[in-house]
Amino acid sequence: MSNGLGRRKFLLYGSAAFGTSLLLKSCSTPPETGTDTGNGDGATGGENGDTIKVGILHSLSGTMAISETTVVEAEKLAIKEINEAGGVLGKQIEAVVEDGASDWPTFAEKAAKLIVRDQVAVVFGCWTSASRKAVKDVFESKDHMLWYPVQYEGQECSKNIFYTGAAPNQQIEPAVQWLLDNKGTDFFLVGSDYVFPRTANTVIKEQLKAEGGNTVGEDYLPLGSTEVTPIITKIQQALPDGGIIFNTLNGDSNVAFFKQMQGAGLTPDKYPVMSVSIAEEEVRQIGKEFLIGHYASWNYFQTVETPENEKWVQAFKAEYGEDRVTNDPMEAAYIMVYLWKQAVEQAGTTDLEAVRQAAIGQEFQAPEGLVTVNPNHHLSKTVRIGQVRDDGLFDIVWSTDEPVAPQAWNQYVPATKGYACDWSDPSKGERFKVEDV
Amino acid sequence: MLELAVGIFNGFSIGSVLLLAALGLAIVFGLMGVINLAHGELMMLGAYATFVVQNIFQGFGDGALNLYIFVALPVAFIVSAIAGLILERGVIRFLYGRPLETLLATWGISLILRQFVRSVNGVLVLGIVLFCLLFFGGLWFLSKRTDWERIRTAAISALLPLSLAISAVAGVLVSKTGVEVLTKPWFSARNVDVTPPAWLRGGFSVGIYQLPYSRIFIIVLTVLCLLGIYWFLNRSIWGLRIRAVTQNREMSACLGIPTDTVDALTFAIGSGLAGIAGCAITLLGSVGPNTGQNYIVDVFMVVVVGGVGNLFGTVIAALAIGIVTYLIGSGTLALMFSNSDALQPLTDFFTFFAATSMAKVMVFALIIAFLQVKPSGIFPQKGRTAEL
Amino acid sequence: MNAEVGNFAKRQQQKKQQIIELAIAIGLALVFAIVMPALLSAFRLKLLGRFVALSIVALGLDLIWGYTGLLSLGHGIFFALGGYALAMHLKLQLPEGQIPEFFTLYGVTELPWFWTPFYSFPLTIVAIFVIPAIVAGLLGYLVFRNRIKGVYFSILTQAALLVFFNFFNGQQKLINGTNGLKTDTETIFGVLVGSEGAQLAFYEISLLGLLLVYFLCRWLTTGRFGRLLVAIRDDETRVRFTGYDPTGYKVLVFAISGAIAGVAGALYTVQTGIITPSAMEVAFSIEMVIWVAVGGRATLIGAIIGTLLVRLGQTFLSEQFPEVWLFFQGALFLLVVTVLPNGIFGWARDWGIPKLRSLLGLQEQLITYPALEQDPEIQQEREELER
Repeated sequence: MSNGLGRRKFLLYGSAAFGTSLLLKSCSTPPETGTDTGNGDGATGGENGDTIKVGILHSLSGTMAISETTVVEAEKLAIKEINEAGGVLGKQIEAVVEDGASDWPTFAEKAAKLIVRDQVAVVFGCWTSASRKAVKDVFESKDHMLWYPVQYEGQECSKNIFYTGAAPNQQIEPAVQWLLDNKGTDFFLVGSDYVFPRTANTVIKEQLKAEGGNTVGEDYLPLGSTEVTPIITKIQQALPDGGIIFNTLNGDSNVAFFKQMQGAGLTPDKYPVMSVSIAEEEVRQIGKEFLIGHYASWNYFQTVETPENEKWVQAFKAEYGEDRVTNDPMEAAYIMVYLWKQAVEQAGTTDLEAVRQAAIGQEFQAPEGLVTVNPNHHLSKTVRIGQVRDDGLFDIVWSTDEPVAPQAWNQYVPATKGYACDWSDPSKGERFKVEDV
Repeated sequence: MLELAVGIFNGFSIGSVLLLAALGLAIVFGLMGVINLAHGELMMLGAYATFVVQNIFQGFGDGALNLYIFVALPVAFIVSAIAGLILERGVIRFLYGRPLETLLATWGISLILRQFVRSVNGVLVLGIVLFCLLFFGGLWFLSKRTDWERIRTAAISALLPLSLAISAVAGVLVSKTGVEVLTKPWFSARNVDVTPPAWLRGGFSVGIYQLPYSRIFIIVLTVLCLLGIYWFLNRSIWGLRIRAVTQNREMSACLGIPTDTVDALTFAIGSGLAGIAGCAITLLGSVGPNTGQNYIVDVFMVVVVGGVGNLFGTVIAALAIGIVTYLIGSGTLALMFSNSDALQPLTDFFTFFAATSMAKVMVFALIIAFLQVKPSGIFPQKGRTAEL
Repeated sequence: MNAEVGNFAKRQQQKKQQIIELAIAIGLALVFAIVMPALLSAFRLKLLGRFVALSIVALGLDLIWGYTGLLSLGHGIFFALGGYALAMHLKLQLPEGQIPEFFTLYGVTELPWFWTPFYSFPLTIVAIFVIPAIVAGLLGYLVFRNRIKGVYFSILTQAALLVFFNFFNGQQKLINGTNGLKTDTETIFGVLVGSEGAQLAFYEISLLGLLLVYFLCRWLTTGRFGRLLVAIRDDETRVRFTGYDPTGYKVLVFAISGAIAGVAGALYTVQTGIITPSAMEVAFSIEMVIWVAVGGRATLIGAIIGTLLVRLGQTFLSEQFPEVWLFFQGALFLLVVTVLPNGIFGWARDWGIPKLRSLLGLQEQLITYPALEQDPEIQQEREELER
């Protein structure tokens, strides 16, 4: 029997291997037609009678739904306001909402659906870097347009994406610099185990090396993990006399981290934590008791004092309830709808190429202050650092005097040092070497 | 020396959370051979019960708020125990002897429970209550008839869709009225904020370290639960019955032990313990629909390593896994070998696994290795060796 | 003598049935291969192609669960490994000396050593099923060697899944972590993977793969090997007492199942355009089990039907009501386990078709095992008994 088995096994593997390789060979000669699917598909798409269709693509279900539904609300509010004020080019905006279900292939699928089937004029969407990377190809191959509202790790500059959240040099780098100037030089980096924290920490480490700081340790928690005791021990061992903790944790892990930090006696006066993914909404979920005195770095806080912000917070609360708070990604999502509207109005059409050209240079008096779309498709934004206060909102302890120009390619990382991105000049494009650096 | 003591404390505290969560599972698995994938969701229910109790106590002022945890514990126990009882009577009871099917069914239940806490609102609860009233009321009414046995299947297949339809229509109608009290989700999909009482938030200083009170509280709670279970199983009449059924179901049934009741009781107690564990983890982490999922696989590992039907094995397994996780994850092992050059490769090896996310990989490898030596856990159940 | 005649007749009949089945299967596949591309839009066709790829993994799962009684909750591992193998090859379609772009994000300048074999296309094709098979075989060997079975096995596979997930998720510098590997913009034999022509080719290949895997499973489960698998499922101890060592067979069948999952993963990846560690999420692997359960265990055709039905339902329901979907999915688990233990196919076979026959006034099907009824020896015995 064992002999028969052996033969069978051999036959099996042999035939399968042969069969499959033959099969794949046979696909080497499919017709080349159809490679050029997109272009034109949505070139002037979206305009239809009295409405302009736009796509909203976020996770409405799954683990990311908690965060992403808030930006959907902000986007819908902006669309509603624009429609009440007469719409774009005299037409009403009609939003087609799709659910990415916290699943990256689904995002790509739904992006294709919005572009091909719904023929939308633009898509507002995504939260995680993974989902953005998943749809990036779709938007590039169909030459369409995505507006992305969340702060991210940089190192990307797509012709087809506008990034209205912060690039690292508008959030992480100023925060590190501020900590070096005010809080000390020893850093411990804590993050969730996925792309944003890993890349952000690469940047931070390079920056600390260049600016005379010190990375005493780093550790990553699996997504969703709540057992943080080993990390806390590592912090205590690496920083026995206190030091700075730079936190890029995400979601549930934050709650466990701050609860157990307090229990282990790591207080904000000795161990200030700087977070880049904790905003007003997260403070409420973690519990402000654990966060009072810690820091966060963003472009926008609910406590920013501008007339635009006051108006926006009021409008938002009127729409979604008095107990709601606003935060940075929501603000970025809100303003990107307006920026797109301005670009369309300047171009006078929803033709994608025209809008893309018109978008560059658009200015908007946002709740966070003046923002400008740069040639690298990112926004110039004011950078702020806030400290959590007793009511769970942030005390703004520092901010830049004027908006900071975004850098898509990081200037601390050797591989991208000296590179920049410029879509206003066709000869430069996604990534070119800056001469005078 | 201090490092070592603190290390052991930390290892114990990780282990005690695992143990608390695994206790209920171990009892249920030991007695019925049922793998309950919804165990994590029962923990989550306990955590949400804690949240509700906390909110109620917030109305009574700060003094009362400090004590809410003592009310939350029994409430969490009861809520989860009732949920477990419904689960057992409603589903699992029909699946005894089919462990793999039970596993799938409980996964289905865990999905439903997760979505339930997300979207539970007045309308949904009204609908469920209405459905239960119609369906079970109808069954009760019909069962009075003399020809009940004959019409039974027909009655169920007529009543079920009928009452489902009625309650669904009623639900839609009520939600159309737009009364916010009824349509607003109670918890929503967001995580909810459970704040431990002030006296549990600090810690007990030892040198540069501080032992968190919340951890100490959980260790004490675990010990109390263990003692309680031990007492219950060994000193009470129902405990005696449970042990009898665990050892030999047929024989116990012959001796007049109501095995059905014993099953239900055990499942309820196991679920109740999950509720207590859920209450305890609110001291450490977040409370949200996915809370249970974060624990469930680790907890199963404890049960597998501990062996079936032996609480002592579960205790040892939980503590061992806790300590090993801590030693690897905190880099203590890497540190231990770093003193001598000869062991450099070993140091490198442990440093690679010293990240918390990689420690999990290592712990699993160790568990597989352990099972090569002791395939049925630390304390295997005695029986025919061929069945091992 | 009578028995011999009976056996011969039985064999004849079996052969006839097999030929009919073969014809039906090939006919159906041809219909799908020719008609569907003409009927459906490219978007829907891609979706169908993905379902077909998924039904391949369901077949593999049916092989070990339906026939051998091993419930694996970790098939996502093998699925993802196959997908990664092909995706790595596609990522390496670069000019000499360049490495895939994502590496520069993390400051990696040299290709990790284990990427090198994937430069070669034949090696990649071999890797797509050999690597999952080896991993499955190894895991299976370590587990089955100790006679660990039943729920223990399920739990261990689930834990293994979690470990692989963490590993792939955490190793940014080796395989791009959470972001995974994208294939849409890469080329295969000079053709863009995401292009319509290539996608059509992948659809046809998936169909062919499904057909081949189906017959492989059919062949494996009909012969002695198949009967042994069923024997292991029904009473492993007795198999052991009969003188077989079940360990080897279980390891082998688990490895085959892993290899099948690898092939499915590779086909799925090129049609989705991306492979990420989320293919190794706990929920996805349990979902695979439910496809098999819905269609009907130990009926290979059921696995395919189940996958297509559930995935179709999911696509439409989760699009329309993202909230209700989870409730529905949970209810599906409960229903299948309690009400339809043999799945749709099993239900149709045991209840639906006989019912239909009797409604149409056709001959009542034999109640007992047909082979027994037709066995002349048994009829002889019966007659003797009656006398």
